[in-house]
Amino acid sequence: MSENSSRARESVKRMFPGEQPLVEVLNLKKYFPVRGLIFTRGYVKAVDGVSFSIPKSKTLGLVGESGSGKTTVGRLILRLIEPTGGSIYFDGRDILKLSGRGLKAFRRRAQIVFQDPYMSLNPRMTVFDIVYEPLRVHGIKVENPQEYVLKLLYQVGLNETHLFRYPHEFSGGQRQRIAIARALALNPEFMVLDEPTSMLDVSVQAQILNLLKEIQAKYNLTFLFISHDLGVVRYMSDYMAVMYLGKIVEIGPSDKVFENPAHPYTKALLSAIPIPDPEVARTRSRLTIKGEPPSPLNPPRGCRFHPRCPFYMEKCGLEEPPLIEVEKGHWSACWLHV
Amino acid sequence: MPENCDPIIEVRDLYISFYTYAGVVKAIEGVSFTVCRGETYCLVGETGCGKSVTSKALTRLIQAPGRIEKGRVIYYPKPGHPIDITSLDEGELRKIRGGEIAYIIQDPSAALDPLYTIGFHIAETMNAHGLVRSIREGFREAVKYLNKALMPDPEERVKSYPHELSGGMKQRGVIATSLSTKPKVLVADEPTTAVDVTIQAQIMKLLKELKSGEGLTLILITHNMGLVAEMCDRVAVMYAGRIVEEGAVLDIFKSPKHPYTRALLNAVINPLVRTSKLESIPGTVPDLIRPPRGCRFHPRCPFSSEICLERPPSFLIGQDHKVACWLYKDEAQGVEG
Repeated sequence: MSENSSRARESVKRMFPGEQPLVEVLNLKKYFPVRGLIFTRGYVKAVDGVSFSIPKSKTLGLVGESGSGKTTVGRLILRLIEPTGGSIYFDGRDILKLSGRGLKAFRRRAQIVFQDPYMSLNPRMTVFDIVYEPLRVHGIKVENPQEYVLKLLYQVGLNETHLFRYPHEFSGGQRQRIAIARALALNPEFMVLDEPTSMLDVSVQAQILNLLKEIQAKYNLTFLFISHDLGVVRYMSDYMAVMYLGKIVEIGPSDKVFENPAHPYTKALLSAIPIPDPEVARTRSRLTIKGEPPSPLNPPRGCRFHPRCPFYMEKCGLEEPPLIEVEKGHWSACWLHV
Repeated sequence: MPENCDPIIEVRDLYISFYTYAGVVKAIEGVSFTVCRGETYCLVGETGCGKSVTSKALTRLIQAPGRIEKGRVIYYPKPGHPIDITSLDEGELRKIRGGEIAYIIQDPSAALDPLYTIGFHIAETMNAHGLVRSIREGFREAVKYLNKALMPDPEERVKSYPHELSGGMKQRGVIATSLSTKPKVLVADEPTTAVDVTIQAQIMKLLKELKSGEGLTLILITHNMGLVAEMCDRVAVMYAGRIVEEGAVLDIFKSPKHPYTRALLNAVINPLVRTSKLESIPGTVPDLIRPPRGCRFHPRCPFSSEICLERPPSFLIGQDHKVACWLYKDEAQGVEG
């Protein structure tokens, strides 16, 4: 390891003071080729150099609008897709160097719950088969499979009457419970939750969020919680990162980011969310931004937010701002802080 | 109804059913409300509560297997000039539908035909309503309406096909199309569900400005309590095909009465404050083929009792605040329905 990258790793490790990181991500990149007739026409830089850490037994919320690269980050961390560059450490080990048995062992420890419970469950498998499948894949024998699955179902608020039913017999919220039970089946340490409630109604969303918090406390789980819903992220996360066009623009303890946002994009994002309180909603001052996110195929030079930023300075279009620590453990990538 | 309300739309005791193979879905049962001229009226509720169906019924857009079983929709183009939409013939109705009462639907990609430009959509709408003599004339007018909808670079965009536009721009195109007939009522059915939150803020700002600028009455259908708080004057909370509570937005948020409204507000996260424990509503929404007897919320309600097996009427419990729950029987100042 070169001196430069070991210094980078050291700084990621110490990103959040007083926390022990389980996952460390360094300068992670994922470029998707856009193919023309014969040659590659260019690359969508879905994730373009992000670095962060996820503290043990805590939740890092990852927010951003569509196309910001948040889902890609989640998949990269689990190595469901291969990165273009950068490194990912899980419990101190570089998972990009893993293969075969080592990779399989990692996958036992890290699981995912997907956004759409209508697509993530095989319609031809019963609940029992779905939840038991991870054990089959990993060749784990338990004495009484049915009892094992049933225990997991109880964990997520389902019961023995659901054991041999098929996914189509369940509502969206119940399906998401099945997906959570499946993710728990291997006793993982880390879970990526990719918009687990965005397809659900608010009353059901609250049930699922509470369930996730419950199992996190019970099993000491570390979560990467991906969402476009800032309210949900606030409720779930200890730390949060805001992404814009493949970059992290702000990261820190979620209370600090919400109460004292530093980056202009975070400010705009926070003032764009409708607040369920008519008095506050009608009196608060808001920072509205013009335009729409540019194409990630050809992102703006310098700070990627500069064409929409109300505080634009000449420097922003020329040079990309690094993450700057604005207060303890709270980082923002904006030239305003210099 | 507020004291100085000049009604523009009145819905009286509406019943809508869908005749599916699985059985008759009683989607709307006894919905009544009045929208006042110039206000923003919200229908809020979760999936399947009937808010969209109700909004479609305003211009009889219910298609088979759905049917309006009973009830009236009255439209007042001018104060004191009622038109019964439910008994209007199709030709007359067409002038009102899209003309005086226009829609913005949830998914702008579905609202636009991929084979035609934005300009053509606007021109065709204007032509169909006899506002221009030809599509070509409508095309020239289209720029004006795109401008009103704050479409960036309208002279160029008028020639764009839907696939060349982003979600936000498509929705602006749809809004421009709706505005082109100079409607009196704009029904916006989840207009920002398909777009990102910063674009949502832009579209909502636009709707607010249009409402005051063009003197529109806005009917907003949403599941988002935040948008209700931000946009609406009065709200009707719907659950399983009925209005459970109706009132001024401040009353609904500051002193919600119906157990469902209260539970719903407790399940909504306010991102500006830290919530330690979110309250959820146990169970799921009922199957409307076999809805629960009486109050449709009673199987999930923590206060349910014997009387809930009977359908609660709408109790008036304050200035323009109505709640359909037996808990308020004794303090009610009046009863409806």
